[in-house]
Amino acid sequence: MSSIPDDLSYTKDHEWVSGLDDGRTVTVGITAYAAEQLGDVVFVQVPEVGAGVTAGDAVGEVESTKSVSDIFAPVTGEVVEVNASVVDDPSLANSDPYGEGWLFRVQLSEDPEDLLTSAEYTTLTTAES
Amino acid sequence: MPRSTPLHEVHEALGATLTDFAGWLMPLRYGSESIEHNAVRNAAGLFDLSHMGEIFVTGPQAAEALDYALVGHISALAPGRARYTMIVAPDGGILDDLIVYRLAPEEFLVVANASNYLLVARELTERAEPYEARVDDRSDSYALVAVQGPRSTEILGKLTDADLVGLKYYAGLPGTVAGREALIARTGYTGEDGFELFVANADAVHVWNALTEAGADFGLVPAGLSARDTLRLEAGMPLYGNELTADLTPFDAGLGRVVRFDKQGDFVGREALAAKAEGETPARRLVGLVARGRRVPRHGYPVTQDGVPVGEVTSGAPSQSLGKPIAMAYVAHAAVESGGLTVDIRGSHEPVDVVDLPFYRRSK
Repeated sequence: MSSIPDDLSYTKDHEWVSGLDDGRTVTVGITAYAAEQLGDVVFVQVPEVGAGVTAGDAVGEVESTKSVSDIFAPVTGEVVEVNASVVDDPSLANSDPYGEGWLFRVQLSEDPEDLLTSAEYTTLTTAES
Repeated sequence: MPRSTPLHEVHEALGATLTDFAGWLMPLRYGSESIEHNAVRNAAGLFDLSHMGEIFVTGPQAAEALDYALVGHISALAPGRARYTMIVAPDGGILDDLIVYRLAPEEFLVVANASNYLLVARELTERAEPYEARVDDRSDSYALVAVQGPRSTEILGKLTDADLVGLKYYAGLPGTVAGREALIARTGYTGEDGFELFVANADAVHVWNALTEAGADFGLVPAGLSARDTLRLEAGMPLYGNELTADLTPFDAGLGRVVRFDKQGDFVGREALAAKAEGETPARRLVGLVARGRRVPRHGYPVTQDGVPVGEVTSGAPSQSLGKPIAMAYVAHAAVESGGLTVDIRGSHEPVDVVDLPFYRRSK
């Protein structure tokens, strides 16, 4: 069972969102479950700083040995920072998905909708595996 | 429901990620496929290949029957030796690629791909009908365990008295492994030295566990189909369904050498293949591609030149050994000559260079 920290929010596309409590900027990444399903991540493409993103839109890619997956914006707003380290070393998405493997930060322009709690996300991943 | 191999519980206990492959529930990877890939290149990997088909052809005319049924010169094979060959349709289209072992003068083992072995067994039965030969599909009784990598001989040597050093590449001999009967073959699909062990289903777990124990000091790890695919791709080995299909002849695939017109008598596909061999060069040829960027050309992606499609990727993956994405593709001759190829990777034309196959060759 992969880890699902209590203090994060999640999407059904297996991304996590943090920092909802402390204002208007959130951090986004892929979950440990997603990383395990993908296998070794070999390529990460994140949106550019300054890009406007809308919740549900494909804004990047995660590529592993066997497959390619879209990264969806879990929230609506403007990208204010991207993780250059994970672009340089995509294996960070496997080794530390909730830490060093974060993908990008978004300054919210709308309140987030349809995010899952850790309990809800645990139910989702249990059903899928 | 996909079928499970006799090693299913072992894979579960190892925490494998399982995948449905050709109707079989197979280990895709146990942990990191990169680590598994590199272990096979540098030490050794242990594979469950029990989904492969094992079809025995026996009898006084078994050799003649196989000469007729397959494109290779099977009757010329010495007992104890093996050959890579193909079975084609009357129109020359590839039905499967095979390894045939001559176990005894009148006994052959045909190893077919999981996706095709029922068809191969049916075709062999039909084609062998006029001959004094019996075709017996024993795929359900056999497990196949492979040890691949530079430390394979040392590992297997701890479990068998068979003369492994004297066993040549593409040769096989009956023996025992960890006390259980096995056909020990020096074959593989990884580009490394190694062995494939055909054992009874009931012995599979015992042999697997014994190899795991024997390999512990040599860096042996269990390896899944994901690593197997990247290993064979680096070694430039074709995969049925990707590089080989019923729409292609062996000549289209650049493997015309497996077709032996010099053997006696007719064989299925001879006429069509002879016309192909003497006719025009195929419009496309199979080439190796190395991407300049980091995005991976994958199966089915168009190969383009100045935005115009000139071919198609058949297999692609990030290469551990080269540190770059690699691919095999069928590309029009003229486009290969003039260069400047790109692959349309989900709408973006990424530059690639044509290279000679294989991408990786082990040092002897």
